[in-house]
Amino acid sequence: MTPLLVAQIALTLIVFIALLHSAAGMVWVERRLAAALQQRLGPIRVGWQGLLQPFADVIKLMFKEELRPKAADAWLFALAPIISATCAFAAFAVVPFGGETTLLGWIPEGLRLQVADVNVAILVVFAIASMSVYGIVLAGWSSNSKYALLGGLRSSAQMISYELSYGTALASVLILGNSMSLTEIVNRQAGTWFGIVPRWNVFFLPFGFLAFAIYLIAGIAETNRAPFDFPEAEQELVAGYHTEYSSMSFALFFLAEYVNMVTVSAVATDLFLGGWNGPFAESIGWVWFLLKVGALLFFYVWMRWTLPRYRYDQLMRFGWKVLLPLSVVNLIATAAGVLYFEL
Amino acid sequence: MNALLFYGFGATAVLASLLVIAQKNPIYSVLLLIASFGALSGLYVLLEAPFVAVIQIIVYAGAIMVLFLFVVMLLNAPHEDTEYDERVHPLLRPGPMRFGAALAIAFGIELVWALNRNGGEAGPFAGGAVSSVAAIGRSLFGPYAFPFEVTSVLILVAMIGAVVLARKEEP
Amino acid sequence: MVGLNHYLVLSGVLFSIGTAGVFVRRNLITILLSIEIMLNAVNLTFVAFGRALGSADGQIMVFFVMTVAAAEAAVGLAIVISLFRHKESLNPDSFTGLRW
Repeated sequence: MTPLLVAQIALTLIVFIALLHSAAGMVWVERRLAAALQQRLGPIRVGWQGLLQPFADVIKLMFKEELRPKAADAWLFALAPIISATCAFAAFAVVPFGGETTLLGWIPEGLRLQVADVNVAILVVFAIASMSVYGIVLAGWSSNSKYALLGGLRSSAQMISYELSYGTALASVLILGNSMSLTEIVNRQAGTWFGIVPRWNVFFLPFGFLAFAIYLIAGIAETNRAPFDFPEAEQELVAGYHTEYSSMSFALFFLAEYVNMVTVSAVATDLFLGGWNGPFAESIGWVWFLLKVGALLFFYVWMRWTLPRYRYDQLMRFGWKVLLPLSVVNLIATAAGVLYFEL
Repeated sequence: MNALLFYGFGATAVLASLLVIAQKNPIYSVLLLIASFGALSGLYVLLEAPFVAVIQIIVYAGAIMVLFLFVVMLLNAPHEDTEYDERVHPLLRPGPMRFGAALAIAFGIELVWALNRNGGEAGPFAGGAVSSVAAIGRSLFGPYAFPFEVTSVLILVAMIGAVVLARKEEP
Repeated sequence: MVGLNHYLVLSGVLFSIGTAGVFVRRNLITILLSIEIMLNAVNLTFVAFGRALGSADGQIMVFFVMTVAAAEAAVGLAIVISLFRHKESLNPDSFTGLRW
């Protein structure tokens, strides 16, 4: 039990608990921000400024009755939220959120702020994103209900369509970063150009910015958030694939959606916004990371409460006829640009 | 540790595959096959091939199995209809099924015997592992460039073929 | 110590399980799934030998096998769909149109 091993186990636990709390925090942020955008107050009574509202929500959900439709497939009905939640958390395991730290000299080798350091980290994120389709399609199927089935099939079709643009945008960053390991890509983004502009991939005009835009749009579609949330819209399909779920199973889907949002924002920060690099205070780089992830999550919530919802066929057409060709052209152009400028 | 992981993943893969061919409901078969693919992916990581492990999850478990799952759901034919007694388990039915199962077992024994006849090389792996994605990429675009391009044409042909075959007839 | 033989035995067992599935099951989709099991067993053999011989060719071969398996699954499932539309059954024994 070297100090490094103890620190790594502690880090895994901290990341897990932090993700849970970030989902709770996102509930609060979403409701207060939605209220601010709609010129009302939102929850302000439970705890200081309503900060205990998410915990009240969770406690309410825990006390609800756990329902299961009689004709539902029992095994799959129970398995679907588990798959969704597990994939949401597992994707964060390969995301680094800080450089090496020695914890004030307690660990001489340096603890990397990442749960698992693999050198194909980008592909692992993509793999787990493609596994999360199963949670949704099984939820829709096993509920044995019209709304759930339609919502589940539409949602999974949307997810697998936008996965292509997601992967191609990732491939563009791979070409720019010359490595599949997220830590190396962030390390390449240290420093500045001309002393002012940080050397982030998003400022690598025009390829980096286009890849960032495509990645973010595909990420929003992957996490089934507005304006791509037709499959779970209240006005259209009751609640889509999680119509028949209640109590903790519903809470697991809820949790999975928010943790997926956090993961997409974290990976986007690492790939495009320079990760934990900041102009000063290098040793607490994770603070910069949190600030950037927070900015992206603000953007997420802002998009949801500002833009109208895409209709399903408009959504699919956009994914296949606009985003995918754009991302492929961006990939080719990035490769050509890197070759020409000998980067 | 290595041996423990190998036996764990191997047992999972074999058990999941056995359950795949023994399930009556095709949806359970598809999900169990995904579990088997996950175990195989772990085995690839043990063999120091992380790229293959990850593309196994992306391509097989994440794309091909989704295709299977969609087809099973859309066809909605959960049970196979045979002239045998429905209550008897598929692997215990008489006639050609027993012969088929016996043939497969004989085939398995012969395969295991044949693959072991390599001079008792049961020791650990000799030689280095090639685990870097860059080496695979260089191989794919170097000596294996022609099969790579041909595969892309193959996928295009398969896409067009699948769309044409599954199209509804115009009335 | 886990050596090459262990991986080969495992892939042999997986391949024969897949073969048993193709022989025994009377459901077109399960037969296609058993073919996928066989292809995976072969992939394991390739990667194990590639590791034993210290070359990347095993992994390259697996790349191509996976691609071909994807194409074959797509076309096979399209055929299954059009057969089902014709006959409402997934049992291969019920397609006897070409029998004499």
